[in-house]
Amino acid sequence: MKDRNWQRFILKNTTFILFVLLFLIFGIIAPRFLSFKNLEIILSNSSYIGIIAVGMTFVLLTGGIDLSVGSTMYLSAVSSGTLIAAGWPIAPTIAVSLLIGIAMGYVNALIITRLKIVPFLATLVTMTVGRGIGMFVTKSVQVDFPDSITLMSTVKVFGFIPLQIFIFGLVVLLAMVFLRLTKSGRQLYAVGNDPFAAERAGIRTRPLITSTYVISGFFAALGGFISITQIGRVSAGFGSGDEFDAIAAAVLGGASLMGGVGSVFPGTVLGTVMIQMIQAGLVYTAVDIYLHPIVMSLIIFFAVFLDSVRTDQLKKMERRTIMKIIS
Amino acid sequence: MGTKLKFNNIRKHFFGVTALDGVSFEIEEKHTVGLIGENGAGKSTLMNILGGVLLPDDGDMSLDGEAYLPSNPRDAARMGVAFIHQELNLFTNLSIAENIYINSFPNLNKTPLIDKKKMNDSLKSLLKSLDLNYSPSTTVENLAPGERQLVEIAKALHSDAYLIIFDEPTTSLTARETEKLFTILKQLRSEGRTIIYISHILSEVKHITDNVIVLRDGKVTGSSETGSIEIPEMISRMVGRESDNLFPERSSKPNNSPILEVKGLSQPGIIGEVDFSVHEGEVLGVFGLMGSGRTEMARMLFGVDSYRSGSISIDGNPLPRNSPRSCIERGMAFVTEDRREEGLLMNVAITENIGLVSLPDYCRNLVKWVDAKRMNEEAGIIGDSLKLKASDIRRQPAMSLSGGNQQKVVIGKWLMKKPRLLIMDEPTRGIDVGAKYEVYSIMDRLAAENSGILFISSEIEELIGIADRIVVMSQGELVKVFEKKDFDVTALMAAAFREAVA
Repeated sequence: MKDRNWQRFILKNTTFILFVLLFLIFGIIAPRFLSFKNLEIILSNSSYIGIIAVGMTFVLLTGGIDLSVGSTMYLSAVSSGTLIAAGWPIAPTIAVSLLIGIAMGYVNALIITRLKIVPFLATLVTMTVGRGIGMFVTKSVQVDFPDSITLMSTVKVFGFIPLQIFIFGLVVLLAMVFLRLTKSGRQLYAVGNDPFAAERAGIRTRPLITSTYVISGFFAALGGFISITQIGRVSAGFGSGDEFDAIAAAVLGGASLMGGVGSVFPGTVLGTVMIQMIQAGLVYTAVDIYLHPIVMSLIIFFAVFLDSVRTDQLKKMERRTIMKIIS
Repeated sequence: MGTKLKFNNIRKHFFGVTALDGVSFEIEEKHTVGLIGENGAGKSTLMNILGGVLLPDDGDMSLDGEAYLPSNPRDAARMGVAFIHQELNLFTNLSIAENIYINSFPNLNKTPLIDKKKMNDSLKSLLKSLDLNYSPSTTVENLAPGERQLVEIAKALHSDAYLIIFDEPTTSLTARETEKLFTILKQLRSEGRTIIYISHILSEVKHITDNVIVLRDGKVTGSSETGSIEIPEMISRMVGRESDNLFPERSSKPNNSPILEVKGLSQPGIIGEVDFSVHEGEVLGVFGLMGSGRTEMARMLFGVDSYRSGSISIDGNPLPRNSPRSCIERGMAFVTEDRREEGLLMNVAITENIGLVSLPDYCRNLVKWVDAKRMNEEAGIIGDSLKLKASDIRRQPAMSLSGGNQQKVVIGKWLMKKPRLLIMDEPTRGIDVGAKYEVYSIMDRLAAENSGILFISSEIEELIGIADRIVVMSQGELVKVFEKKDFDVTALMAAAFREAVA
């Protein structure tokens, strides 16, 4: 019986165990990997994609998907860059860029809930159109940001927490409380589990689904802004491909593409940090840089594969045994 | 005692088809009323109107003497009417308490946060009164079907429902769970609640209800006290003819050449050392209680699940493991227990469902595309031979059919393949008397054409009525084989309960 409990514990925490194992392996090969500075860098690099992945988790929970987050990042960043260049003060430009994120999310939600287009296609369209608008406005010229923006990435909250990590933490905390402890949060899980049953139970599914895309858009804009403070410019490829990193992070953290399953913490946070950790680890252990994408994908594939094996195994363990166990 | 609910001349049409044709009856307060009728008789439509899912075209209802016309399920719930559907309306990823409070979470001191403690504490005594010994924070996923049903009942009681509709509540329950449900139904009645109980299992209706209402073709064809109506009369009122014959006369006898031979089939923890064979023209009944390993065995035979040791052969040739595909190629067919999940493509047209397994046979041309015309024609012939009740079998999705007709589509899918061995797992569950008779007739017809049939069921009567031999399973083992002359309800039951008897 004790063996079984161990088995269960390992099965229920495969991703976490893999995380710890990788951490130790990198640490043993390259002790510098374990330095405080490096860990801070990993967290700091996780921040912007993590924020976007949190938004993505909301969408995935309802069984949807949001491919447009990368373009939302680009569009909102380009807008704020253009406004700053036109002499706007910082605060209102940030507000505008966040509003653009919300607007993008709302457009997605309208297409999905009103026009009944499946989320994959709806957000594929807004992904292309969103980037298109940004390129049209800028003529695909790179937009540079002043020092006042890039200096934000060096701000330490309470004197020791880097601003981006602080915002990431705040986003995670809020999202976690919302999903676990509010009526709408719990109802989101219900909608993801069975949308028809949710309707029948009198849950107003449309506003809930709408809210997830708005949240995803908002967080994409916020994540985009955090990214700008770190790199200081926006080129035509800004945010492109980030949608897949965000999806990968959420799925690695246990979110199901079918909806109803997933969590922000530990789930998505673990997934995001793990991806960043692997990237940093590969650098520290001096793996050929051209091999990085391959190794990276293999590890992610392995984690997801492990997850599907474990789900099967867990199901088998929970299944009743028919024959009497002879003791 | 007053009248709880009154239907007055309720009518409902769907696309020109009459579902309810002037239904009127009354339900006394604090009574348990059985509502019976064949599939398509209008029971579900009537209950959906009562539950606020549908609006009637004509007629009116009154509840506690006041006009009642709910426009959605929430309205109905507010008026104290709860509907426990056959497919439970639970969110398996949420806790028991969250399922019950899904639309009315209590807030923590005026914050938007849920007061989990208050929520869980408030349910403890309710769950205990239903003999559901779990913490309210247990995830529903971890509960057995019977326990999930109790959660639905808890939900109804929590919303203070005084009129509770149960739609086929026992189809997925074990004998013990059913017993427990009945105890709770009696308890609910003694608390002054009115219950409408819909079931195809007439013995249950006889056992648990005070009154019986019979519907046929959208009309009330019987309404009486349960004590004064016997089961045969219930049936004749349901089908509109005298029916002494629940089973067709078997038109052929099995011969001695075996089709399926199973030797020493074992899988640790599931089944052990199972040996049997099915002969040409034979209907072999498999009896066992729910959870005796019947379904698991069938899945192994058909290559869906794996087994550790033993052999399975068809016409003398051993079958490869884990390959439903080669089973189908050898002429095996499998009508699964769960037709919704495993047997049908719900959104797809009826003919396409019927043609599904035979699809490769209709792609024999050079470019391998489907000869849809020929397939539809032949699927149509199968549909006709099964007396499918559908208006347009090429366009209508399987979803739109009643339960009995859906089952016929599943069977038709395999008939099209002209099976050598047909495995049927609970083929008559949840379908009405008329459709059952037709399913039995199909078995007889196949047997007469020299096919073999493995007929798994938990209803002894139907096995005795149609099978040539019956094997009894208990706790994963095959405990006894009965020849036709030895068929006897008590003996079969005793074999199935061997542990309890011993």
